[in-house]
Amino acid sequence: MPPRASRRRLRAAAVAVLLACASEGAAWAHVDAASADGFAAGLAHPVSGLDHVVAMVAVGLWGAQLGAPAMWLLPVVFPMVMAAGGFLGLVGLPLPGVELGIALSALLLGVAVAAEARPRLGVAAALVALFAVFHGHAHGTELPAGENGLLYSLGFVSATGSLHGAGIALGLVHRWPYGVPAIRVVGAGIAAVGTWFLWRALS
Amino acid sequence: MTRGLAKALVLAGVVPLLWPAGAAAHLVTTGLGPVYDGVVHVLASPDDLIPILLVGALAGMNGPTAGRWSLFAASAAWLVAGVAAMAGATAIVRDVAWAIPIFSLLGLGVLVAIDRTLPALLVGVFAVVAGALHGASNGSGLAEAGIAWTALLGIAATVFVVLALTAAGAASIRADWMRVTLRVAGSWAAAVGLLLLGWAIRGGGA
Repeated sequence: MPPRASRRRLRAAAVAVLLACASEGAAWAHVDAASADGFAAGLAHPVSGLDHVVAMVAVGLWGAQLGAPAMWLLPVVFPMVMAAGGFLGLVGLPLPGVELGIALSALLLGVAVAAEARPRLGVAAALVALFAVFHGHAHGTELPAGENGLLYSLGFVSATGSLHGAGIALGLVHRWPYGVPAIRVVGAGIAAVGTWFLWRALS
Repeated sequence: MTRGLAKALVLAGVVPLLWPAGAAAHLVTTGLGPVYDGVVHVLASPDDLIPILLVGALAGMNGPTAGRWSLFAASAAWLVAGVAAMAGATAIVRDVAWAIPIFSLLGLGVLVAIDRTLPALLVGVFAVVAGALHGASNGSGLAEAGIAWTALLGIAATVFVVLALTAAGAASIRADWMRVTLRVAGSWAAAVGLLLLGWAIRGGGA
């Protein structure tokens, strides 16, 4: 068989596996509406608060500004550390000043993007990890009882990661001359949002 | 392997992490017999499918030798453990079945995320452990549901195929961004495992 034909067959097989995985819902003997609700609810949770959204996007933006390896290290680290914070929230361990920490995360990450701050990679990762704990803890305490845990968690983590991805995609415009100031303006906007939430948390 | 095929295989690994599906506490029935029920069960159960993808990714990321060993070791362990669970260990497995997806997601996810080069033998051991645990869980479920053991053949065959494609795709990756994508997927899986652990400790929703 010519090599090109065998590659086409392998490609078709891979697509078939992909479609099979993607169409797994159709194979059920009955429709599990609660499962879909669990995933959708998890997907919606991280985007339910503007403070969470801007901080997640700021992580992606800052990573794109810092470039490799930060650009991919931060999105790798953040979900796991955020889940650690979520774990603490789920099991009921208190974390003082959660709302303050979340507001500060938006403010400081926004400032970092606006100022194009370039700390050492370890410092940037530690800062992001610290904020991730606060965000995760807040989500963990808010997680509703009775949801399908696996699907909810999948949706939740997917949404969080997607927000990072959106931030990274936005941040890629820094390659162009107009992109550098544009990202800094976005960072300033995020910092402004963070300031507002900080004022609310303190008042 | 072409770049397009490698991309398709990586997507085949990442998309199921994102696709809404039912975590089947019960096994799927297709009406086509137990073997096909077993095939569909693997594809319709993210608590089994995602660990398989993680084993494949881990094996492929550590080279073709690790991939080959893991492919046969995991599938065989899944089948043998499933049969053993059906034969006599149903009650024991049922008591710990809740923990199996949690720790396999957490452990395998971390291993994929950190992307450290591991000896092929060690990767094979991880594959055997994951395969045995999930196989035992499946076998216990089959026994309780009164489904024939031949469903395990469908399950093991599907595990083999999915593992083969995932490991091959991961092993053929050359672009850095694709390897990073796998690592991110691993971190997401670990994050899910950690949340599930918290949920289990809190006592609901798993």
